[in-house]
Amino acid sequence: MKIINFDHFAATKMRQEVKDAMEPYFISEYGNPQSIHTLGDEPREALSKARLQAAELLNASSNEVIFTGSGSESNNLAIKGTAFARMDKGRHIIVSKIEHFSVLNAVKSLAKLGFEFSEVPVDKYGTVDPQEVKNALRKDTVLVSIGQASNEIGTIQDIKEISKVVHENSAAYMHTDANTSCGFTETDVKDLGVDMLSAAPHRFYGPKGTGLFYLKKGIRIMPLIDGGIQEFGRRAGTENVPAIAGAGVACELAKKELKSRTSHLLPIQKAIKDGVLNSLDEVYLNGHPEKRLPNNLNFVVKYIEGESMLMWLNNNGIMVASGSACTSKILKSSHVLNAIGVDAALAQGSLLISLGEDNTLEDAEYFVKELPAVVKKLREMSPLYEEVMKRNKK
Amino acid sequence: MPVYSEKVMDHFQNPRNVGEIENADGVGELGNPTCGDIMKIYIKVKDDKIEDVKFKTFGCGAAIATSSMVTELVKGKTLEEAEKISNEAVAEALDGLPPVKMHCSNLAADALHLAIEDYKARKEGKGPIGRVETPEHDEDEHDLLEQA
Repeated sequence: MKIINFDHFAATKMRQEVKDAMEPYFISEYGNPQSIHTLGDEPREALSKARLQAAELLNASSNEVIFTGSGSESNNLAIKGTAFARMDKGRHIIVSKIEHFSVLNAVKSLAKLGFEFSEVPVDKYGTVDPQEVKNALRKDTVLVSIGQASNEIGTIQDIKEISKVVHENSAAYMHTDANTSCGFTETDVKDLGVDMLSAAPHRFYGPKGTGLFYLKKGIRIMPLIDGGIQEFGRRAGTENVPAIAGAGVACELAKKELKSRTSHLLPIQKAIKDGVLNSLDEVYLNGHPEKRLPNNLNFVVKYIEGESMLMWLNNNGIMVASGSACTSKILKSSHVLNAIGVDAALAQGSLLISLGEDNTLEDAEYFVKELPAVVKKLREMSPLYEEVMKRNKK
Repeated sequence: MPVYSEKVMDHFQNPRNVGEIENADGVGELGNPTCGDIMKIYIKVKDDKIEDVKFKTFGCGAAIATSSMVTELVKGKTLEEAEKISNEAVAEALDGLPPVKMHCSNLAADALHLAIEDYKARKEGKGPIGRVETPEHDEDEHDLLEQA
C-alpha cells in the first residue's frame, strides 16, 4: 500500500542533497571543528558554510546564527536565556495562548522561579491582535514571544506589526517561534523586525537533531548550556557537524524553492479543504481561511474522536495527526482549539493535516474519497451521533 | 513497534457486537466527551444471564477495542460472573494497553457494570440511571511532566 504522509509537521523526508551534504562528516571528516590541527579544517569549513546558508535564508549575518539541538531548544534558549540575562530589568514575559508547548512550558517553568507571564488571547481564527500585545506590555516586560504560525491551525500572525508595537512601547525583546513556518513562508528577520527567531530544519527536509536560532547582534541572552566557546559561547557542546551541514543545505533549498513549494502546495491544500467540506456534514475548518500556511489544514469532525479517525486513515495508508485528548498523551484536548473557542467535546474530533513536497493532487483526491467512509463507520458506533439522530427524528 | 497490540487492532478494526438493543433490559453509559470517551453498553438479560450485549462508543482505538472485548467476554455469562470482570481483565484480554490509556480509555467493564446496575434498578422501579459523567483529567501537562 502506498503511504501518504499528511503529517509533515511530525516528519519530513530529508532531501537527497541534504543527506549527501551530511555524509562526509560521519566518517571521513570526523574531526572536531574547534581543533586547530588539520582534522578540524573540513568540519570547521562545513559549519561556516551552513551558518552562511542559514543566515541567507533568514536575511541575517552569519554571526547571528546559532545552531541548537532542536526547535524546542531554540525556543527555550530565547525565553529562558532572555529571562536569566535580563532579571535586573524585569521578570515579565508575554506569550499568546496558542504557542507551542516548548514556549508555554518554558514560561511555566520560569513562573515557578518567580517570573511572571501573560498569555494574550486570539480571535476565532487564532489571530493575535497587536493591540492586545500592547495592552499586555508592562514596565518590567523583558520578552514577547509570539509564534509566526500555529503548528496546529496554521494561522499566520502579523509578526512585523507585533514587533513594531513591542519595540515602540517597551524595551522588551521580540522573539518569534518560526519552527512551523520557516521554509513555508517568508522569514526575513529584518522585515519581521524580530530580535530572535527559532526555526526547525527537520520541518523543511533537513535532518532531525538540529535547530536554528537567530540572535540579533547586541541582544543579550544567558546560555542554557555552559561550557566551551562553541556557537559564540551561546550554546556549548561539540557541534553536531553532519546535522548542521545538512541543515545548511535545507536552508539553501528553502530559500531557492519557497515560491515553487508554495505553488505546489496551494492547489493540494485547496483540493483537500473543498473536498472535505463538500463531502461531509458537520465538519468545520479551523484557523484563518486565508492567512494560513500553505501546508496545513485543521478540521473538526463532529461526533467522533480523532485518534480512531487517525487509526482508520492509517489503515488506508494515510498518515494524519489529531489534537484530540487521546492523541495528546496528556489526555487533554488541544489548548489551541480551546483558545479559538472550539468546545472541548468538539475538539475530540480534531483532524490535523500537514502537507509536504511529496504530496500530490492524487493524494488529496484519494483522501477525500476515503475519509467519508471512515467518518460514517465511526459515527455509526458513536453514542453522541445516535443521540443527535434521535433528536432530529423527533 | 506499534502503539497497540494485534488484539487491540483486531477489535478496533472488527469490533464485535456494535449497535444498540431496542428495549434493552439495562443500559450503562459512562464517560465524558471532554476527555474523549463515552461508552454505552446495552444488555438483554434472561434468567440472570446476559443473553445479548451491544455497544456504542465515542472514543479512541483503546476505547473501541475495550468496549468490543468486554461484550465478547460477558456474552452468555451470568450477571454475577460479569460483575467480576474488571477493567484490568479487559485490558489483559487485549494483551495490554499503552500505560496512558489504562485509566482514561479503559472503562468498558465499568460501563458494563453500570448496565447491570441499571438493569437491577429498573427491576426495582428505580431506573433508568442515565449517563454517568466521569471526572475530567485536571492534571496540568507541565505538572504531569514534572511528576514523570
